[in-house]
Amino acid sequence: MISQLLFAIVLIAALLLFYKNASKIYQNIRLGKSVNRFDNPSLRMKTMLLVAFGQKKMFKRPIPALLHLFVYVGFIIINIEMIEIVVDGLFGTHRVLSFFGGIYDFLIASFEILAFTVLISCLIFLIRRNILKLKRLNQAELNNWPKTDANYILIAEILLMSAFLFMNAADLKLQSLPAEHYTPAGSFPISQYLVTLLPETISSLILIERFSWWFHIVGVLAFMNYLPISKHLHILLAFPNTYFSNLDPKGKFENMESVTAEVKAMLDPSLPPPSGEVSRFGVKDVQDLTWKNLLDAYTCTECGRCTAACPANITGKLLSPRKIMMDTRDRLEEVGKNIDKNKTYIDDGKSLIDSFIRREEIWACTSCNACVEQCPVNINPLEIIMGLRQYAIMEESQAPSSINNMLGNLENNGAPWKYAQADRANWTQN
Amino acid sequence: MENNLHIPTVAELLANGESPALLFWVGCAGSFDERAKRITRDICKILHHVGIKFAILGTEESCTGDPAKRAGNEFVFQMQAMMNIQVLDGYEIKKIVTACPHCFNTLKNEYPSLGGHYEVIHHTQLIQSLIDEGKLKPSDGNEFKGKKITYHDPCYLGRANEVYEAPRKVLEALDADLVELKRCRSNGLCCGAGGAQMFKEPESGKKDINVERIEDVIESNANIVAAACPFCMTMLRDGVKVKEKEQEIQVLDIAEITVRANKL
Repeated sequence: MISQLLFAIVLIAALLLFYKNASKIYQNIRLGKSVNRFDNPSLRMKTMLLVAFGQKKMFKRPIPALLHLFVYVGFIIINIEMIEIVVDGLFGTHRVLSFFGGIYDFLIASFEILAFTVLISCLIFLIRRNILKLKRLNQAELNNWPKTDANYILIAEILLMSAFLFMNAADLKLQSLPAEHYTPAGSFPISQYLVTLLPETISSLILIERFSWWFHIVGVLAFMNYLPISKHLHILLAFPNTYFSNLDPKGKFENMESVTAEVKAMLDPSLPPPSGEVSRFGVKDVQDLTWKNLLDAYTCTECGRCTAACPANITGKLLSPRKIMMDTRDRLEEVGKNIDKNKTYIDDGKSLIDSFIRREEIWACTSCNACVEQCPVNINPLEIIMGLRQYAIMEESQAPSSINNMLGNLENNGAPWKYAQADRANWTQN
Repeated sequence: MENNLHIPTVAELLANGESPALLFWVGCAGSFDERAKRITRDICKILHHVGIKFAILGTEESCTGDPAKRAGNEFVFQMQAMMNIQVLDGYEIKKIVTACPHCFNTLKNEYPSLGGHYEVIHHTQLIQSLIDEGKLKPSDGNEFKGKKITYHDPCYLGRANEVYEAPRKVLEALDADLVELKRCRSNGLCCGAGGAQMFKEPESGKKDINVERIEDVIESNANIVAAACPFCMTMLRDGVKVKEKEQEIQVLDIAEITVRANKL
């Protein structure tokens, strides 16, 4: 009875804490500017099912895709078992869903096999990161916390799966003794091999079973509350992020409406000049981004497929699209805390540009869309880079001098080079 | 080219009470860059050969504004776009073919919300449809037969607009030995010119992007790398020069290959 009460308290506390942190993230995302991503729901649903649920883009790299698929399917399916664990915890029952009989045995058996594949995949992931030292998992922007974060996640998953398997093993041994309360239920293709490792006495077995049970469920609840401060949030946000994907061709960049009004007035003096000041052209800080850019930042799991495909990064330039996303999230968290503390945003003398992202990074981009194409959850680092360029050029007139020359030529003679417009058709003559 | 092939402007046609079925948007590179001008003339040869009634804007054409937009100057971009739309709409232009994926992308995707609505195709799409219609047919003994040819996807044609097949279909008609680069189609590597990089020095790094790309070409053992963008053309040719492979590797536009294969 005490353990049931204790469990109820832990469960409610974990859910409340998660709710609090999740709403903070929601509020931060709401700091972004509006953009319409609610049209065409059927195509959006299809994109989400293919890209997030179906993991379509992961398979550009088959080996990590397969390992990731094991962990992903394991995560989704084993969560079904969570229903039973929560009910057992609250009502002190033992394997409450076992009345399903054969189906139950099948489910438990598949959970076990999945738990084992998750465990093996996570081990391989740890080896890839820390021993094989894959380049994309060891680049500069991952130094310190991001690398630790990744290892914590993998170790946590290994521990959770181990606890799950040992819980089953102890349960199985208790069932076979037999012991009171532990009525035979379930099929245990993996944990049957752990049984020999366990002690013989009922009290020790119950201790192991209870410890593993508590470790597993408290671990899962702790893991859930770790998500909001971790890169691992993608397991939830991948779904909305792909639903709200850009559905236009990748080459289409949005036209700024505020500029359209001014340009129209310039070309046709009979039109009234646009009313109302534009607060800012382009992106200086995270509040100038759209909510989708901010959702992108929280969704990024720092896999680095974008950076591995970025022509600038491949050839040793400072630009890394992954870092653009990580910087955006870091700055957004900082701004969010600033607002929490001061009720409203108080200028802290910092901004996304310069304090986080350097000019050298944004000017190295070729706008080739390789990063956008590679992202398995449809994040768009290019939009952020372009927004920062717009700020640098339109608000500050700070651009590489050769870019200013090119723009000057465009304005004077309608070509990026210094050739007279009158000579444009000279090629027809010779 | 045939020295006296006359390229009419839309204004000229209009003066005779005519209008073009297709506007050929030449683009800045195609108008001024020596290498790209040869591609421009080849596209005209193709259009002329198949009898499409086309015209150019001539001195009334101006940059689409693409480099300004990618550099972040929305004012200069929209100014260029609006002025071009005024000219295009003034002539009631309906259909445009471009020689440059950047012009193609901008006209097709970014002009509509500013009021410019046209059917825009890239010259590789036009050539492919002409082959499909039987209007172009590489001659049996064409010079590309059996040659090892690869294709470099321009970002603004490929990833940006998902035109992957048309240029490949044109090459398939040659009866050549086609090979893919290790990074191709949606995984293609940029030549290094996009996003206004063409007009500035690269940031410091360990290598230039076009050199990285030409290494893919060298690895493919192709003798010819087909391009479909004047900026890729410049970048790839510079890469070939850096690697001193001028004797082994030729960079040719899809239009040039078509003209030679059809002996136009």
